[in-house]
Amino acid sequence: MMRLPPFRYFAPRSVAEAAALLAEHGPEAKVVAGGTDLYPNMKRQIQTPRVLIGLRGLPELRGIRGTARDGLVIGANTTLTELSQDPRVRQAYPALARAAGQVSTVHLRNMGTLGGNLCLDTRCTYYNQDYEWREALTFCKKRDGTICWVAPGSPRCWAVQSSDCAPVMVAMDARVRLVSVRGERVIPAAELYRHDGIDYLTKQPDEILTEVLLPPAEGLHTTYWKVRRRDSFDFPILGVAVALRRDNGTVRDARVVLGAVTSAPVLVEEARALLAGQPLTPELIDQVAVKARVDYARPLDNTDLTMTWRRRMSEVYVRRALRELAGLPVSEYDLPLKRPSIN
Amino acid sequence: MAIETPPATTPTIAPPEAPARPLPFDELRIVGHPLPKVDGLAKTLGQTKYADDLKLPRMAYGKLLRSPHQHARILSIDVSEAVALPGVLAIITGKDLPHKYGIMPVSQDEPALAIGKVRYVGEPVAAVAAIDEETAAEACRRIKVHYEPLPAYMTIEEALTKEGEPIQDYGDGRNIHKFVSYEFGDVEEGFREADYIREDLFFYQGNTHLPIEQHACVAYYAPDGKLTLWSSTQTPHYVHRELAAALDMPRSRIRVIATPVGGGFGGKSELFNHEVAACKLAMLCGRPVKIALTREEVFYCHRGRHPVLMKVKTGVKRDGTITAMHFQSYVDGGAYGSYGVASVYYTVTLNTIVQQIPRYKCEAVRVWTNKPPCGPKRGHGLPQPRYALEIHFDKIAHDLGLDVVDMKLRQAVRPFSRTVNYRRITSCALRECIEKVVEASGFRERHGKLPYGRGLGLAASAYMCGAGTAIYWNPMPHSSAMIKLDRGGGVALLQGATDIGQGSDSVMCYLAAEVLGVRVEDIQLLAADTDFTPIDLGSYSSRVTFMMGNAVVEAARKLRKILFEVVAERLGVPPERLTAANRRIFVRDDLTQFVPFDEAVQLAEARYGQLVAAGSYTPPKIYAPYKGSTVGPSPAYSYAACVAEVTCDPETGAVHVDKIWIAHDVGRAVNPLLVEGQVEGSVYMAIGEVLMEEQDFRRGLHKRPSLLDYKSPTAQEMPEIVTFLIENPDPEGPMGAKEAGQGPLLPVPPAVANAVFDAIGVRIDETPITPDKVLRALDNARAGKPARVGPERVPPVQFPPPIKPEVPPEWRHGIPRPEDYPDPASYTQYVGGSGL
Repeated sequence: MMRLPPFRYFAPRSVAEAAALLAEHGPEAKVVAGGTDLYPNMKRQIQTPRVLIGLRGLPELRGIRGTARDGLVIGANTTLTELSQDPRVRQAYPALARAAGQVSTVHLRNMGTLGGNLCLDTRCTYYNQDYEWREALTFCKKRDGTICWVAPGSPRCWAVQSSDCAPVMVAMDARVRLVSVRGERVIPAAELYRHDGIDYLTKQPDEILTEVLLPPAEGLHTTYWKVRRRDSFDFPILGVAVALRRDNGTVRDARVVLGAVTSAPVLVEEARALLAGQPLTPELIDQVAVKARVDYARPLDNTDLTMTWRRRMSEVYVRRALRELAGLPVSEYDLPLKRPSIN
Repeated sequence: MAIETPPATTPTIAPPEAPARPLPFDELRIVGHPLPKVDGLAKTLGQTKYADDLKLPRMAYGKLLRSPHQHARILSIDVSEAVALPGVLAIITGKDLPHKYGIMPVSQDEPALAIGKVRYVGEPVAAVAAIDEETAAEACRRIKVHYEPLPAYMTIEEALTKEGEPIQDYGDGRNIHKFVSYEFGDVEEGFREADYIREDLFFYQGNTHLPIEQHACVAYYAPDGKLTLWSSTQTPHYVHRELAAALDMPRSRIRVIATPVGGGFGGKSELFNHEVAACKLAMLCGRPVKIALTREEVFYCHRGRHPVLMKVKTGVKRDGTITAMHFQSYVDGGAYGSYGVASVYYTVTLNTIVQQIPRYKCEAVRVWTNKPPCGPKRGHGLPQPRYALEIHFDKIAHDLGLDVVDMKLRQAVRPFSRTVNYRRITSCALRECIEKVVEASGFRERHGKLPYGRGLGLAASAYMCGAGTAIYWNPMPHSSAMIKLDRGGGVALLQGATDIGQGSDSVMCYLAAEVLGVRVEDIQLLAADTDFTPIDLGSYSSRVTFMMGNAVVEAARKLRKILFEVVAERLGVPPERLTAANRRIFVRDDLTQFVPFDEAVQLAEARYGQLVAAGSYTPPKIYAPYKGSTVGPSPAYSYAACVAEVTCDPETGAVHVDKIWIAHDVGRAVNPLLVEGQVEGSVYMAIGEVLMEEQDFRRGLHKRPSLLDYKSPTAQEMPEIVTFLIENPDPEGPMGAKEAGQGPLLPVPPAVANAVFDAIGVRIDETPITPDKVLRALDNARAGKPARVGPERVPPVQFPPPIKPEVPPEWRHGIPRPEDYPDPASYTQYVGGSGL
């Protein structure tokens, strides 16, 4: 059996206490909520914190507050199951319900939290392996080594941002609250992420992500399409999140975001300009979809399936997501195609 | 008096009596009914004790240090720093276990711990026992091994063409483990007779068993010098034999007990390094030692499906009648022999038992590569050629404008016939299977007519009901059972078969209870213990229901005869008027006249003393006049046919299996519920093989040795399955039963591939059919190239000249008429002890 490396565990009673512990123990410490990402990583010794600060017992981090009209506030400890089943989320922010409801398996969604999913460690087939495997290959730069096996000439690590909720939050322009002993700050979700597989969050090591602030839902249309080999269990190998605001037939604001193509969610910036003030026509949708593939999707060969296929799929799935929001058939083929569902 | 079977070496050269049924079917009260499994509740409640649940006092934990190199010489091993670690109890390396072993007598090539060099990443080099797993793991890290890397060979092509030190120093050539080469009849003549000849190349990717239970074992060396190994194994008998060789100890001092197995699928069918290491460590440190493998380590044990490259050329008449076939397979064996000699034969020798092939040339080669050894996985050696052939024939039907169903029915082998390579076919419901799935799926009306993106595919197959010869040659029974009756009405059934989830414990209890007329819960079962249960060769080659079933029925019938004798006397009726059910032996036409089972036992025990009976099964010898003919004969073959309906997304290339219709010629379903479960499990595994699974490597390492990254279907990917059990009792099977565990896998992958072609007009001639391959094939079509993805060439191999056995007389002039086939009894030698 693969064993967890030894660690000390603290169970603080308040966010303030948790923040204090985190500050006290420094980089050796990590916070843990559901543990569905961290514990398997610890067994493989790709993350080896000596101190864990458990957030599960913090009532402040639980629950969904507010109204869709003003924007919901979601505690970081809200489980992915709770999130995907919350009627307000399902009704007003369906993309988020879809994303949360498609993370891994039902068991892991019952344990895994929104905060954990947003801070998910980046993933790579050269990194998410046991110690002996990585040693046999010689360790990569994300852990214990110096080379990047995906792009050996590259100065940076290309591990993949594999959260389902992250691209949705970026598309919706949600904000996150970060708390530390130094104080607290609220930043747009897009600013939480960095294009670096190792240093993939702008959250400081002593900060705790405590809650997520969703924008008012009025006029908001969202969707999320997840691409993966199997309809359960798998991380996304491409995620397409779209959030639109429409006035009558024309698009007022549009944010198209690609997940799992690189180390951070990728905002297809030109989509906004292309779509603004326009009706969502099939031709315009095609234009945006091609743009996403040609100029934004840069997957590498470090997840499931081939990078060529994944890149090609960015066009197909941006098209499908936008056509769904436009009320068009998602494909020109009249087939019973699988649609993303809320589990 | 103990009632014993006559010595199994006494041959009785006679075919079984017909009908060879111990009971009229209308009186069966247990067999044929969907009863729960005898071990089902304990498993459901989490009370079953698997190997990793065992805990003995003072137990230590073992860990294996594994090679980080694909191919390297071991220059030195320094264990001093590891020995110094507190808590370490014993450390061993290759020099402590100098005796090599192997499942096949001709491939005794595996050391428990590498000796001299390592041949794949993950090969064990040293083993440590310590007071806990953490200490053992830390000790492994402190062992310093110096390696000198050698050239590595990761593909068949590399093994055959790259320069450098070969992987093994034995075999049929440089990096060649085994050649097979035969020609039955003059194939060139056959090709000249053909109206149409087609040649195709296929590649079937390797894949692994993926049992949910990882291998685990506990070894205990008692003060009296006796060694006991509890292990998650499918083959305690072979582990017993090989362990004796590896440890150089007499078998009388070794006891192997198979613990309940949480899935095997062929992956636990021989001795493994960790089992030897646990035993040796237990002997050295004087404590019980447990070794439980991680998922990654299970991938390094492997023994899974061989990757096979195949080239097939077939000549046919205008109506699809075959005139000749030339089949070549290139088998990627991995670093050691394992079952490989059998596997390489299986890729060619059973290609004649589905379609009638009048002239057949086959060539096969198993090549060494620096990867975990391949071996038997559900369907052993047959899914690969079945994929090739069923697609190949689908293409031929398409080329000739033939109705594929009509062609398949025309080509189908006949019941009670014999193939050109001397395979004896007895009961065979292949036609019924094909007709059933075709009718149920509306294949004739819908094939070729569904809208673009949706399609139907058809394929057929056959599988063995147990290998007709043992892995090591011997004339003894393959399965034996012993039944002891208790005067309280209990029935002790001792038998060596191993329940790996397939339900053999249940099947044996059902059969014994049926014959003795007791309830299933009256049977106390002791299984798979080399000291206390009679022999069974193991749970492989779909042999257990057929072989152990016959042995159990024979033992039970002996006791039934005695009980009927004393009851007949008591009731004053002839024994022929009696029957037994529900703990009573009663007069068939007068239910008021009966003796309860326990009283009957007491009457018999008073007369004869302790009531014990044994039954044995030895497969018949099926005459074939050529060397190598012993791989492939089976006392019976099961048949299957499948129709798959798929949806292909032309924009993504994703293939979704919407529905499977599958018919399986099971002979007789001892428990239809369990048989359906076996069929569904086979469909599940097949869908993984054809759409997802890949045993692929990168820089010498297994690319994805985890349950998350190695893609195998989840419940979400499972289609609706419509299962038809075709009950066509086999004359030699126990109560007519044949196999169910492996055969139903075989037709599914090619049926899916044929359905993809029907849906979008592309041929994916290699597994898995991934979305990127489908898109590439569509791109090829748009570019005016063949709408296909698959291998383009075969490696340069000079096969040895074929052995050309004389074909059976009925095949001398092409496909025989049904009346030309000789009576199977004329070339079948029944050996004493078969419980028919």
